[in-house]
Amino acid sequence: MAEYETVVGLEVHCELSTRTKLFCGCANAFGAEPNTNVCPVCLGLPGSLPVLNEQAVELAMRIGEALHCEIRPSIFHRKNYFYPDMPKDYQISQYDEPINVDGLLELPDGSRVGIVRAHMEEDTGKTTHVGGGGRIHEAGHSLVDYNRAGVPLVEIVSAPDITSAAQARAYVAELRAILVATGASDGRMEEGSLRVDANVSIRRAGSDELGTRCEVKNLNSLRSLGRAIEHEADRQASLVDSGERVTQETRHWDENASRTHSLRSKEEAYDYRYFPEPDLVPLVPDEALRQRASSALGLMPAARRARLQAALGGAEHARALMDQIGTVIELSLDDLVLAASAGGADPKHALNRAANELASQGERARALDPVSFASLLALESSGTLSATQVKAVLPELVEHGGDPAEVARRHGFEQLGTEELESAIDGVISASPTEWERYVSGDARIAGFLAGQVMKATRGRANGKVVAEALAARRAGVSAR
Amino acid sequence: MERISIDEARHVARLARLDLADGELDKLTGELSDLLEHVEAIRRLDTAEVPPTAHPLPLSNVFRPDEVRPSLERAEVLAAAPATEADRFLVPRILGEAP
Amino acid sequence: MSLLDGGVAELAAAVRSRQVSAAEVLEEALARIEEAETELHCFNTVMLEAARAQAEAVDGAIAAGRDPGQLAGVPVALKDNMCTRGTPTTCSSKILQNWVPPYDGTVVRRLAEAGAVAVGKTNLDEFAMGSSTENSAFGPTRNPWDLGRVPGGSSGGSAAAVAAGLVPLSFGSDTGGSIRQPASFCGVVGVKPTYGLVSRYGLVAFASSLDQIGSFGATVADAALALEVAAGHDPLDSTSLDLPAPRLVEALGEGVEGLRVGVVDDFLAEVAPSCSLAAVAAAEALAAAGASCENVSIPEMLLGLPAYYIIAPAEASSNLARYDGVRYGLRVDGPDVETMNARTRAAGFGAEVRRRIMIGTYALSAGYYDAYYGQAQRARTILIRAFDAAYERFDVLVAPSTPSSAFAFGAKTEDPIEMYMSDLCTIPSNLSGHPAVSVPFALDSDGLPVGVQVLAPALGEPVMLRVAAALEAVAPPGVRGPVRPAASSSAVATGGGGGGRAGEGGGEVAGG
Repeated sequence: MAEYETVVGLEVHCELSTRTKLFCGCANAFGAEPNTNVCPVCLGLPGSLPVLNEQAVELAMRIGEALHCEIRPSIFHRKNYFYPDMPKDYQISQYDEPINVDGLLELPDGSRVGIVRAHMEEDTGKTTHVGGGGRIHEAGHSLVDYNRAGVPLVEIVSAPDITSAAQARAYVAELRAILVATGASDGRMEEGSLRVDANVSIRRAGSDELGTRCEVKNLNSLRSLGRAIEHEADRQASLVDSGERVTQETRHWDENASRTHSLRSKEEAYDYRYFPEPDLVPLVPDEALRQRASSALGLMPAARRARLQAALGGAEHARALMDQIGTVIELSLDDLVLAASAGGADPKHALNRAANELASQGERARALDPVSFASLLALESSGTLSATQVKAVLPELVEHGGDPAEVARRHGFEQLGTEELESAIDGVISASPTEWERYVSGDARIAGFLAGQVMKATRGRANGKVVAEALAARRAGVSAR
Repeated sequence: MERISIDEARHVARLARLDLADGELDKLTGELSDLLEHVEAIRRLDTAEVPPTAHPLPLSNVFRPDEVRPSLERAEVLAAAPATEADRFLVPRILGEAP
Repeated sequence: MSLLDGGVAELAAAVRSRQVSAAEVLEEALARIEEAETELHCFNTVMLEAARAQAEAVDGAIAAGRDPGQLAGVPVALKDNMCTRGTPTTCSSKILQNWVPPYDGTVVRRLAEAGAVAVGKTNLDEFAMGSSTENSAFGPTRNPWDLGRVPGGSSGGSAAAVAAGLVPLSFGSDTGGSIRQPASFCGVVGVKPTYGLVSRYGLVAFASSLDQIGSFGATVADAALALEVAAGHDPLDSTSLDLPAPRLVEALGEGVEGLRVGVVDDFLAEVAPSCSLAAVAAAEALAAAGASCENVSIPEMLLGLPAYYIIAPAEASSNLARYDGVRYGLRVDGPDVETMNARTRAAGFGAEVRRRIMIGTYALSAGYYDAYYGQAQRARTILIRAFDAAYERFDVLVAPSTPSSAFAFGAKTEDPIEMYMSDLCTIPSNLSGHPAVSVPFALDSDGLPVGVQVLAPALGEPVMLRVAAALEAVAPPGVRGPVRPAASSSAVATGGGGGGRAGEGGGEVAGG
């Protein structure tokens, strides 16, 4: 079998987080009752006309800026084709004069993926297939909800610079983080805010030629994306190996069957008959628009990663922590980590608690007061609170705020007195004399067992580090005798 | 001189979603060809130095603020539809996925 | 004489001063419509209830001491491609036969806010595609001057309704001459304003970069007043000009002294002698009134027709895609959605609409875009440049409105290209986006009215209408409506007050 390289270009459709749709004042909201966010414009009623949403333009420009694109004068075209989810039977989209071109996205591993274009267009409605298990080909009829029709999208088209499933996942993860950081999108793949299509081809290793590509659709998660690319590259490789040719086509990823299948059996000749949309006027990003877009731009994930790395003592030290760094940036907890560190917490400690305990609290964790986060971490490192106790206190701090020491007291997490600890150790020694003997005679492997017994006896109130120290002190006393 | 074949006309009718009887397709094929002949002057124009005009107005950057306006009453919207089910527009089976 | 036959400003003044009620004016208009409709078929829908409610509201406002506006109590007719909430808007097409819009178009709303009373929706060529109203799915409108002839089109119902005196004002849309050509055929004034002056929101699109709503009146003053009310910036239309509404009526009487008038030579040889003679006579009349007149050749004008018959169908093919049987309008069932779409559209659209959809789809399709649509857009640039050059030398241009006077039913239905030629002289202004008006100026040997066009550069409506008013003032008697296919007695007596230019204009005209 020959050696192949995978070549992937990604098309990411991003729904913009505007209050209203792209060309009308209907609410841009997910999950509303069907056909309630519709008006003459987004239903394509005769006589209605589109008017461009200024905020959508600004968000599109923020995306262009964040992806280092050239932001250019642009116009809208009509893309003509009949489909029941499209109220006008044409889609207003940008064609050969898009607003953003020629950008670049740098991944955390330093690799770069070119951005060909990031253009604006309107979303379509949603069809539900009735009968045949909800599959389009077996359905008896279909139902259409136009709430989503006209929702603003930016389609971000990458260059075919991606060479593996892992890199494709990293690209989408980074792009998603950028889109969230710009405020352009909520980045929710599961709600369809972010939809990814992959153009996959293969070529002989070392070759510059591009193979025939297939467009893979229905990639609803990063996991699907990775698996679908791997599967599709394998499928193409076995075709070529067996002397067949790859046909250019659109394929559907079936997550349950873990395979792609061809979408159209009959030959479909699409001819979109693009022409300039006469109901809209050119969009010319002037200085004022550019100013607004760039001043609204938050710190991008790459810069935020760099900031965290610096706080952690430089890129070298941070290398092992990349996963945790990725998590806190994705959840926008990096400001909290940095603020807690500035307030005296150990940055690594703060990062660890943020990436684990806080991350499980979801978005609301961002609301945590950095000062109380820092003092909670201080209570832990001084041994006043155990790790278990910290984990119990954090959710309440996130939910209601307050002084960590006070919250800990309310939970009954008072500092364990020395006396209580010593008597717990006495109990463990008399209950496990053999293990204690092994420990005293220098078997370090048994220390964990003894510490665990002490923790158990104190119902987790003891601090692990303090217990270890107390056990060591007791052994020193015995040996000295 | 461009003459349209009946196959081309059939293709165009399909693009335009017009279910035309063969007789009408025949007639239209001839009429379309006649019209193309009539606009031949346009095809022959030397326009190397001439930009296209898509629009008679020199306007740009017409926006609306991102403010929610009332939507239509669903009952009124659905009342206009030829067929509905479960508050949605009902269509016969769809043969292919959206492009 | 009835107030309905006087000037619109005078009528509105009479209503505002409670000399006559809006309800009385409306009932007279409705009586005239009822009497004339069987012969003329100007209307697809007469809005009895909505009109009576609006007239009552106007009278109520006046009784309460409020001013209902410039068109208080004036009955107006609306082309049936302007969306009216609660009243069917059919575009004279089977595909929209039962469609009732859930919203009012901007012009419809503005008229109501100015106190006008919309009495009905007028007949047109299906989706405004045609020059005779013969393409209406609901039967043609007849020309009140000669019931055997077409009123022109596509706004034939609106032109005929004013020509027959059924309403003093009406509105139409003009994509390639659909206001000016029927105005000429029916002996009324028809104005196509500058593109962007009047909102298109709620006008069912034919060719979006060419469509423009405009007014019909018995006189220039009436049509100008109607336009003043309809015009103005609309945030719902991206192509609406963000300018204050123009003042058009006040300068109408200022004359043409010192104006530079160009007579477009290129059409004169292309049209019937009665039409070219009318244009030449108009130039002579303007010269006599103090303008300087000169013939000018603008051969690029002749690119208009072929460019138009690519651009308009191309845009139409896209604008009319939405009539697919899914959300509103006609549906003819089929086993799958594509078949349902195709059957619905074949059954719902008439022959001319199908023909234009085919042309437009072809012109935009892969491999042909550059040769047709792209080239037509470049021809459009060439034409606009030629206009610009002409307007460096002239304030306005004068040209025939139409190649002929009103023709007989069936005369051109067999040859589409022959029918398309009807728009020869009017199309260039649509491609350039410039304003133009047709004003009745002569009668031909059959006693039919012949109009003359005055063309002006963008936003040149004030000077254009001034010139039109000057022509109107010297036009031979009997060249314009209202004409009655049958006599009618006046229920509303002429009041003593009023006066003003509009009133004088109306008073000059004898019924045909």
